[in-house]
Amino acid sequence: MSPAVTSPQPDQEFNVRLEQRRRGGALWRTAFQLSTIVGIIALTALLYNVMDSAFGYVAVENSVDPASLAIGGVPLEEQSKDQLVRVLQANVSAGLFRRFEDDQPFAERGRDSVLALILERVVEPQVVETWSLTDSLLRRSEVLAEAASSYPNAIVRFEAWIDPDFVSTPQSGDPQRAGVRTAILGSLWVIAITIGFSFPIGVGAAIYLEEYAADTALNRLIRTNINNLAGVPSIIYGILGLAILVRALEPLTSGTLFGLTDPTSANGRTILSAGMTLGLLILPLIIINAQEAIRAVPGSLRQAGLALGATRWQTIWAHVLPNALPGILTGTILAVSRAIGETAPLVVVGASTFITVDPDSPFAKFTTLPIQIFQWTSRPQDVFRNLAAAAILVLLALLLAMNASAVLLRNRYSRRLSG
Amino acid sequence: MSAMPDESQTSIPGLEMETNGHYAIAMRDLHVYYGDFLAIKNINLKVARQKITAIIGPSGCGKSTLLRAVNRMNEQIGDARTEGAVFFGGHNIYEPQVDPVEVRRRIGMVFQKPNPFPKTIYENVAWGARVNGYRDDMDALVEDSLRRAALWDEVADKLDQSGLSLSGGQQQRLCIARAIAVRPDVILMDEPCSALDPIATLRIEDLMHDLSDQYTIVIVTHNMQQAARVSDFTAMMMLDEADRAGMMIEYDKTDTIFTRPSDQRTEDYVTGRFG
Amino acid sequence: MATNRAKAFQSDDHPWVRPMDLRRRRRPAESLIQGFLLVCGALSILTTIGIVVVLGKESLDFFARRAWENTNKSVTRSVSEFDGVLQISDTGQAIEVGSALRLGDEIMLVTAMDGTQVQVERGLEGTAVTIHRQGTGIFRGQWVSLVEFFISTKWNPQIGQFGILPLVNATLMTTTLAILVALPLGLSVAIYLSEYASLRLRSLIKPTLEVLAGVPTVVYGYFALTFMTPLLRQILGRDVVQIYNTASAGIVIGILILPLVSSMSEDALSAVPGSLRQAAYALGATRLETAVRVVVPAAFSGITAAFIVAISRAIGETMIVAIAAGAGPAFTFNPFQAAETMTGHIVRISGGDLSYDSIDYNSIFAIGLVLFAMTLSLNIISQRIVRRFREVYE
Repeated sequence: MSPAVTSPQPDQEFNVRLEQRRRGGALWRTAFQLSTIVGIIALTALLYNVMDSAFGYVAVENSVDPASLAIGGVPLEEQSKDQLVRVLQANVSAGLFRRFEDDQPFAERGRDSVLALILERVVEPQVVETWSLTDSLLRRSEVLAEAASSYPNAIVRFEAWIDPDFVSTPQSGDPQRAGVRTAILGSLWVIAITIGFSFPIGVGAAIYLEEYAADTALNRLIRTNINNLAGVPSIIYGILGLAILVRALEPLTSGTLFGLTDPTSANGRTILSAGMTLGLLILPLIIINAQEAIRAVPGSLRQAGLALGATRWQTIWAHVLPNALPGILTGTILAVSRAIGETAPLVVVGASTFITVDPDSPFAKFTTLPIQIFQWTSRPQDVFRNLAAAAILVLLALLLAMNASAVLLRNRYSRRLSG
Repeated sequence: MSAMPDESQTSIPGLEMETNGHYAIAMRDLHVYYGDFLAIKNINLKVARQKITAIIGPSGCGKSTLLRAVNRMNEQIGDARTEGAVFFGGHNIYEPQVDPVEVRRRIGMVFQKPNPFPKTIYENVAWGARVNGYRDDMDALVEDSLRRAALWDEVADKLDQSGLSLSGGQQQRLCIARAIAVRPDVILMDEPCSALDPIATLRIEDLMHDLSDQYTIVIVTHNMQQAARVSDFTAMMMLDEADRAGMMIEYDKTDTIFTRPSDQRTEDYVTGRFG
Repeated sequence: MATNRAKAFQSDDHPWVRPMDLRRRRRPAESLIQGFLLVCGALSILTTIGIVVVLGKESLDFFARRAWENTNKSVTRSVSEFDGVLQISDTGQAIEVGSALRLGDEIMLVTAMDGTQVQVERGLEGTAVTIHRQGTGIFRGQWVSLVEFFISTKWNPQIGQFGILPLVNATLMTTTLAILVALPLGLSVAIYLSEYASLRLRSLIKPTLEVLAGVPTVVYGYFALTFMTPLLRQILGRDVVQIYNTASAGIVIGILILPLVSSMSEDALSAVPGSLRQAAYALGATRLETAVRVVVPAAFSGITAAFIVAISRAIGETMIVAIAAGAGPAFTFNPFQAAETMTGHIVRISGGDLSYDSIDYNSIFAIGLVLFAMTLSLNIISQRIVRRFREVYE
């Protein structure tokens, strides 16, 4: 609406259209902003959902009331070991009692061990209902009232499904006693093998491709091939591992080749197979990342080294690798944190559905933390959701620690090169 | 004082014997290709022992390519190919029986932009000697090399600091020190002062004079005044109009090149009429 | 002291310095190291060869092996080693001339039939001719034909039906839903980050998205089952949405690949030279118009590549569908019903009791081969697109 204008019509039109355009722009801008928020909302929902199930009230019913096991007015918790042994003997079958004795003589057992047996076998607490964290905090009185009316015989207490015990207790069929220790140890063993397998080979391949390989057709093929392998779904690696590592190389992966395991019970579904399968999975990632790190080292360093009469490897070892190492390590940590979270390939390779024994060698059967989560999530009973949520928190904490260390490493070493 | 090199003494049989005498390096019909592109051609240059020889010419005429052909650094570039011969130490260094790694130890190189390793000053000097098999008193070698490079007094008390903490001129002298540490016979310098300030430049030029008592120095420079100040002999290179390949058009005592050059193109260049 | 040491070096007669020997040195360590590095590089080719060979061989076995189906018939009279005719019960499924039968471990071929009398050729395919007691069950064998594999909509290994369409259909449904979620949102996020957001905002949002990308898929599966499905059931009704359905799996896969789409698209958008934007602004274009009409088309190849990579990732996703989409192949177009995808099926079968050299075992590889072919072609296409269109605006 400017004054002194020779042709007002076109200008007005322009201004109106400009308004429309501006408004349209603002609308779309809001749309874009909202899209960004969706991602944040999703992440928040996920974390909230997990936390919600990891804590909350539980209603526990006992098959046998511990109060009824008191001897002469002395409650269970305060009885001596001998008293406890007598209580146990009176309440389990003779055969079962004998088995306990065979497993470990009562004379050698501590008092706590006997008390634990009584709680497990005689009192037999069962979780009949769980409530989410939000319910437990915000609707506390209603929850308690509901528990009182539906489960009058149950003890209601606030349970943190994730606690230090959870991490240190092995797997168990009873959800009350189940922990993720077996799974964590399994994950650690598997990852150790994965790193040991894929790091040297991956870095070696990257050094070869960046420093030695001429631009021949074969080397171009290798490069394209690695890029394609990085995009192959992880389950295909599981299939590959099943066919080759578990089946074809069974004498090697089961340990019978070295005479370390019993041939009648050993098979190829071991930590070694799992570790190498994941190693193949992350190998392309490590190679690509290491290549980039090596490429980032300035050529002038190589030239200087060679001009002094050093061989190519001497130059690489003394100058290229040390300067590329922070980048290589960061990328490796990220690749490893991806491997830790992988489930599908290990299911295909043959994770054990139920083991309670800590792994002790690369030829042992295995389960890992993500697989444990998968199994618990797949069980129909509600209480296993809580266990799964607790295990998820453990897994996320582990991943957070790894990624944080990668970022720290990156920051610490990027200062070194420039100074 | 050796006799003035004479262009008629090129391409003669028995040239191999010459290099153990007055000449440190002799090139015969040297051509360098990058793929199909001919970069330099017909180079017949004999570098006098323990003198400073400068290679000058307009930019892009192949001076650096020529320099890098002397210590076989061209091979680092993908499709570089060499024809002709470069004689050093009694051999054509491009023969298959010759070890390029040893050649590069004997013929050192200092680059245009100082490139010390991101290690300590001590380590910068010591590393080259160590990988070449030196097992004796390293401290003495490091000190000696730094003294010869006129850097010892400035860094004697901070040998464990990073080489990158020095100034530009100091870094370049450090690069010279580490090249000296492996006891070369020849030092090639590719525009060593172009990234430095004038004062640092003068210090390095002084250093070159001292060094030439013991080492043969070949320096590529686009700075004609520097060539005039520093060198004993000067070679003038230019691009051939027809095939865009670099070639040597004149090679003589520095005095002669700058006061009474034989070739008109040389005179045009040194008087600044072009280039 | 120092000067003495240095003086000792003045003479270059130190034994280390002379004599000069330019002959080629043998450096076995160098060659060994180079050889080892070459082997490392070549191992990647071995992996690809391994995948192709393993998938190919077992798939061939899959098509070469018979699936044995229980006909629910049995022999009503015992069969000796010399009998050429079987007496069979008249209940159960029909048997045709020319079909293969299996009694116990022996394979026979039906040459003629007359009511309940079946004339057979004994001991085929290397199996031994044995005695069969009265009442032995009869199994009928059939090959899986390639056509049936790709066209049939029934997957029932127990009765020998191996049509992959239900699995492929479920995969495509989850993928489509994931794409509908991730592509628009991902591109919007990328446009916002690249064209609108301040540096500070970017430094807040990008790590968040990276965290999203780093969450393990089994956690997403849990999320789909315990949050998304109940949410859908609450919104759309419990009778509409089943407990296991492809919709919540698809949506959660979309959330999973959202960071992938946004970061690759953002890289593509950032790579567009600023001069293009400046030119647009100088012509009076608004920020939206510049972003949508100038920058996005210029980054077209990178964005398309991002889309294709995301699709490939969604197709290969396993744990989310294994947990939330359903167990059991079902050919349906209703996203609120349970249906098993290719990947979910592989996981379920291999997680159970699996005997090697059975057709179930081989079927894993046949499905895996189809999956591999799909994702590989998508990846190659995306690489080609990037290569071909990248030169356009330089």
